[in-house]
Amino acid sequence: MNRILLFVPLAIFAVTLVYFGLGLRQDPSAIPSQMIDRPLPAFDLAGLEAGDPGLSNTDLLGQVSLLNVFGSWCPPCAIEHPMLMQISRSGRVPIYGVDWRDEPGAGAAWLARHGNPYSRVGDDAQGRLAIDLGITGAPETFLVDAEGRVRHHHVGIITEDVWRNTLLPMIEELERS
Amino acid sequence: MIAELGQFALILAFVVALFQSLALFAGLRTRDAVVHGFARAGAIAQFVLVLAAFACLTVLFATSDFTALVVAENSHTDKPMLYKITGVWGNHEGSMLLWGLILTGYTAALAWSAKPVEARLISLTFAVQSLITAAFTAFLLFTSNPFARLWPGPENGQDLNPLLQDPGLASHPPMLYAGYVGFSITFSFAVAALIDGRVDARWARIVRPWALTAWTFLTIGIALGASWAYYELGWGGWWAWDPVENASLMPWLAGTAFIHSLRVMEKRDTLKAWTILLALMTFALSMAGTFLVRSGIITSVHAFAVDPERGVFILAILVALIGGSLLIYGLRAGLLKPTGVFSAISRESLLLINNLVLAAACALVFFGTFYPLFISTVSNETVTVGAPFYNNTFNPMLGALLVLVPVSGLLAWKRGKLMPVLRDLAPAAIAAVAGGVVALWIADRGLIAGALGTGLAIWIAVGVMIDLAKRFKLGEISLQSSLARMARLPLGIWGMAVAHFGLAVVVFAITGVSAWKQEASAFLMPGQHLDIRQLTLTLDSVEQVEGRNYVAERGHLTARRDQQVVSNLTAERRLYPVRGMSTTESAIHARVTGDLYVTIGQPSPERGWPVHVYLYPFAMWLWIGSAILGLGGILSIADRGRRSLVAKAAPVQAKEPGR
Repeated sequence: MNRILLFVPLAIFAVTLVYFGLGLRQDPSAIPSQMIDRPLPAFDLAGLEAGDPGLSNTDLLGQVSLLNVFGSWCPPCAIEHPMLMQISRSGRVPIYGVDWRDEPGAGAAWLARHGNPYSRVGDDAQGRLAIDLGITGAPETFLVDAEGRVRHHHVGIITEDVWRNTLLPMIEELERS
Repeated sequence: MIAELGQFALILAFVVALFQSLALFAGLRTRDAVVHGFARAGAIAQFVLVLAAFACLTVLFATSDFTALVVAENSHTDKPMLYKITGVWGNHEGSMLLWGLILTGYTAALAWSAKPVEARLISLTFAVQSLITAAFTAFLLFTSNPFARLWPGPENGQDLNPLLQDPGLASHPPMLYAGYVGFSITFSFAVAALIDGRVDARWARIVRPWALTAWTFLTIGIALGASWAYYELGWGGWWAWDPVENASLMPWLAGTAFIHSLRVMEKRDTLKAWTILLALMTFALSMAGTFLVRSGIITSVHAFAVDPERGVFILAILVALIGGSLLIYGLRAGLLKPTGVFSAISRESLLLINNLVLAAACALVFFGTFYPLFISTVSNETVTVGAPFYNNTFNPMLGALLVLVPVSGLLAWKRGKLMPVLRDLAPAAIAAVAGGVVALWIADRGLIAGALGTGLAIWIAVGVMIDLAKRFKLGEISLQSSLARMARLPLGIWGMAVAHFGLAVVVFAITGVSAWKQEASAFLMPGQHLDIRQLTLTLDSVEQVEGRNYVAERGHLTARRDQQVVSNLTAERRLYPVRGMSTTESAIHARVTGDLYVTIGQPSPERGWPVHVYLYPFAMWLWIGSAILGLGGILSIADRGRRSLVAKAAPVQAKEPGR
């Protein structure tokens, strides 16, 4: 048997290993967002219930804010929710909500039961805005500056750690400049 | 106190394993009998220590000691006792400790049972095995300590992920791990054989029961995992080509190839280097399966823990164990010279084809699982590989392989004739074609896939029967002598026949649930109904119920056919407030001809409850077929072989004629 041939498994393993090593350096939740440093797309969403003001992209102008995509059907959103309530109570930045692909009434009922951390909420039942924003799942959150440009895209739950060590420093810097 | 005790036991286990491994490798040169004696004692000591650590963690969970970090993060006082106990391995640290427990358990079992194995081989095997244990306990201690303290302890815990609060969880990971880890024994034997520079039929005979034990556990583990997904995840799927599922399929495919080539090696003393490579690969894939999903390299819905620091440690372990063993393979496998020769048409070559196809299928799954990773490391694009990829590549490949199953059982060793075998199998072919046509006729959507699957299942099942009948010489000699032959048939042959029959059943069930499934959904207010095929499903009422650690909406439904009540069903949607997660408890009316599977979703005030109904023909046979497959494995383990291990090694070229 060819002696070189016997080292082929080792060679294949070595190549695979290089990729594993590279893969390890990636943060699985840091999906590159095409929205970074671009203005939000124009949108005008209806409110969750009749009489609610709804949400349009002009609402986000003039102040640093968070745009949070959620749904009553989404278990991780329920986990994230207390943190959003905490941010909302602190009054540090306004949070705007996009209720993504929810059944009619479900989003409003969910907020009524758990509490509403959002300054305004838009209903994206068809998921149009979510496509424009490049959403892959809920929850996802955009940090939007006073000019309405996206400065950061966070995929997944905003934990205490994410808030304190990622979002808050960025917000402070944006407000300084 | 108990946590510290467990910690201490785990540290001791690490020290013993490390010392034992080093001593045994060193002892090879000295040929000191004391060192060899230490191998067995050390193996049992490792097991007792890890068992003690595991017992400590179990006590912490049972008594809800929230000063232990893992308990606080994964348990809750309101949780039923059963799930407090299963919660021990429902988290990263605990499940890794279970892995270690099973690993040392296998080592201890080897110590108890391996008396007849030559001292040098067994000592080398223990040396490799202890090295794995040392690497593993180090991983536990340094990156995944199950006994870390949380001070002050919280009032109550954060509860176990509700998806994992299910009887399926209690049995599924331990079974799967028993499969994965079982291949560590064959891996260690293979590395020992390479260092020793010699393998023969006797080696295959020693290793075979371990390989079959691991394979059987893995088979049952995968089936339990699939049934957990089917019953608990609430979308009616049993297999989704998720990375974690693939991670268990890859060692299964490699392990299946391995047990087949092991048979060739035991019988004919050939395919040596290949068999050894399969032994190494099977465990390598088992380890990759366990670890890659825990390191954050591959993300998945099943992943418990994502932590890059652990990932680095894991990669180091993989480099040392897999890289090291493959390096030894490259250096030493050239020494393994086969003695048996065989012609192109023989059972050996058919089993070699089996091996190559299984290896290729395994490579395909590997590629599909890691392709997204490869792409994302070299570019910014993200891709996903899903069911269509596997349906178009994996399924035809395995389908072609399955055609060969009955042929290989009938073909003679060494040099066979194809024509007589095909003539023997003619009834199976006729039955398969007839079955396929009937399937095309009955299934109201004329699906080619359904016909092919049915035909294949019948071909294998009838082929296995014909194979057995030929072995009994049924009809050729008197019934009495046939029965006598039947009684004398080795258990290994029975195991093969039963396993292949189980395979036929699984193929048929997969055809049923995937080709012929039907679904319907609608929003229903109580009193409204929806139709699927001849069934009418009415939502009678919905009530609020409170479980011990959850609240639920329970929907009562009635299925009727022609005004006759077929089944009363209750489907639930549960909310677990501590974790803020909801789960679906599907209602399943299971019969041998198929399952009626109903879930209810989140209601909308105006439109009612979304009710989803699936019909899964022959779903039950998935589990029955898997059980038969496992039974085949158990029968084969029980086969003691013609060469007794206790007697001195028999000459290699045995004179058994034919099959």
